[in-house]
Amino acid sequence: MKDLSVELSGVKLDNPIIPASGTYGFGQEFLPYYDINILGSLSFKGTTSEARFGNPTPRIAECPNGMLNSVGLQNPGVEHVIAHELPQLRKTFRKPIMANISGFSVDEYVHCVELLTKEDQVELLEVNISCPNVHGGGMAFGTSPEAAAEITRAVKKVAAKPVYIKLSPNVTDIVSIAKACEDAGADGLSLINTMLGMRIDLKRRKPVLANVMGGYSGPGIFPVALRMVYQVTGAVKIPVIGMGGISTARDVIEMMMAGAKAVQVGAANLVDPYACKTIIEQLPIEMEKLGIEKLSDIQRV
Amino acid sequence: MLYRLIENKQLTATVWQMKLEGDATGITRPGQFVQLKLPEFYLRRPISVCDWTENTITLVYKVVGQGTEAMAKMQPGLEMDVLTGLGNGFDTSLCGEKPLLIGGGVGLPPMIGLCRTLIEEGKHPVVLAGFNTAEEVFLKDTVEKMGATFVLATMDGSAGVKGLVTDAMKDIEFDSIATCGPEPMLKAVYNAAEVPGQFSFEERMGCGFGACMGCSCKTKYGNKRICKDGPVLVREEIIW
Repeated sequence: MKDLSVELSGVKLDNPIIPASGTYGFGQEFLPYYDINILGSLSFKGTTSEARFGNPTPRIAECPNGMLNSVGLQNPGVEHVIAHELPQLRKTFRKPIMANISGFSVDEYVHCVELLTKEDQVELLEVNISCPNVHGGGMAFGTSPEAAAEITRAVKKVAAKPVYIKLSPNVTDIVSIAKACEDAGADGLSLINTMLGMRIDLKRRKPVLANVMGGYSGPGIFPVALRMVYQVTGAVKIPVIGMGGISTARDVIEMMMAGAKAVQVGAANLVDPYACKTIIEQLPIEMEKLGIEKLSDIQRV
Repeated sequence: MLYRLIENKQLTATVWQMKLEGDATGITRPGQFVQLKLPEFYLRRPISVCDWTENTITLVYKVVGQGTEAMAKMQPGLEMDVLTGLGNGFDTSLCGEKPLLIGGGVGLPPMIGLCRTLIEEGKHPVVLAGFNTAEEVFLKDTVEKMGATFVLATMDGSAGVKGLVTDAMKDIEFDSIATCGPEPMLKAVYNAAEVPGQFSFEERMGCGFGACMGCSCKTKYGNKRICKDGPVLVREEIIW
């Protein structure tokens, strides 16, 4: 029997597979496909203080080995999430929940963290300072070490649960930002968010996305994500959750060999609703082939 | 789930008909759609279901881009990964005794399954199809074989009534509407008759099953996902 369990800041997960925020809603859409309790955890849809509709459509574009999205943090607002989405999720999900939080000001992040940290079953907080699809918030906090540290310090003051800061790859030096978060007290890091991209419709001679640019995700970004996780885990001591194009069990093992303690699966859920289930089922088979007994024994190469 | 492509034939210069064999019991209502995984493309392609039996699914699609171009080249015998039964579809209980089913161009296919279902329920649907010209017309025989009246409108008058579907509507007696087609047509139909109506919308989608929020729209009943809460919206909730 292979041991798939991992630990993130004292929170034990049965396996390292966490659906990435924004690709899994609050789990409900996947119930027709499989029992979501097979997951290690679940990072729910990015939540802000107020309800947001997000950006105009089209919000999605096809790319080689991936897709662009410019959803723009559509969500019903933190109070609605606590009153409706979380109780619904708890009915069918018994594993630790990772609360994904976004915002447009330090105060907004703090407000959301204050509310969500009190929720049972929310055992991990993931603070997204890297959404490329909103202006004046999101990624603006994740592209300078000073701003990243400021958010980290502010949310840590009110967080009773481990705080993972979700980092953007759209920066010149992700390591300096990662270190700034660590120094400011972050318990861990999640990386990478999507890479800023664009497509043009040749017939219409206009950008495909109404918002012009969007975040590129999918297998195409996996080597970049892997490289960044490798660089960051070489420079910080806090645990890193690796993500970016992970689609197979082999990708999971590769990301853990780059230094990740757990992984998130994003775009793959959208093209194959069974993606996480397949990965979890394939992990022991790939581990057997590679002579791995315990997944958490994997060391950074 | 896997399906076998058993037919892929050209109906007009740009419209093709594809038949898939496999378990179609996931389809519960006319007006739902499927998501096809195509080799060489990352995102699935949403195609409305034209009609279905227990073990076959008929899709009629227009070649408009690289994905549908690739579909048109597919040979029978191919195994395809398909998600079925997506979207809310049309609610036949909202159709009266004399429903008018309006399809604009490649919006016509979902009207076929709806027409069959309504006939099975003992209702008397009329199918009204709008095209630019006579050469674009497809599925006329399919409707007539079912025993439903088929009314045609073409912009150039080369077949049927000359003009828009809203011109042809004037001479048809109906008590409810179900429609699918380009948004300007949907809006014109909405404004032309204040009877109970169901309108099927289109939007660029990511997942097709409600997870990604890629195809959201605002309605009077709140934000909706075209893929999961739609593609069919009722008259009362639509914001143009």
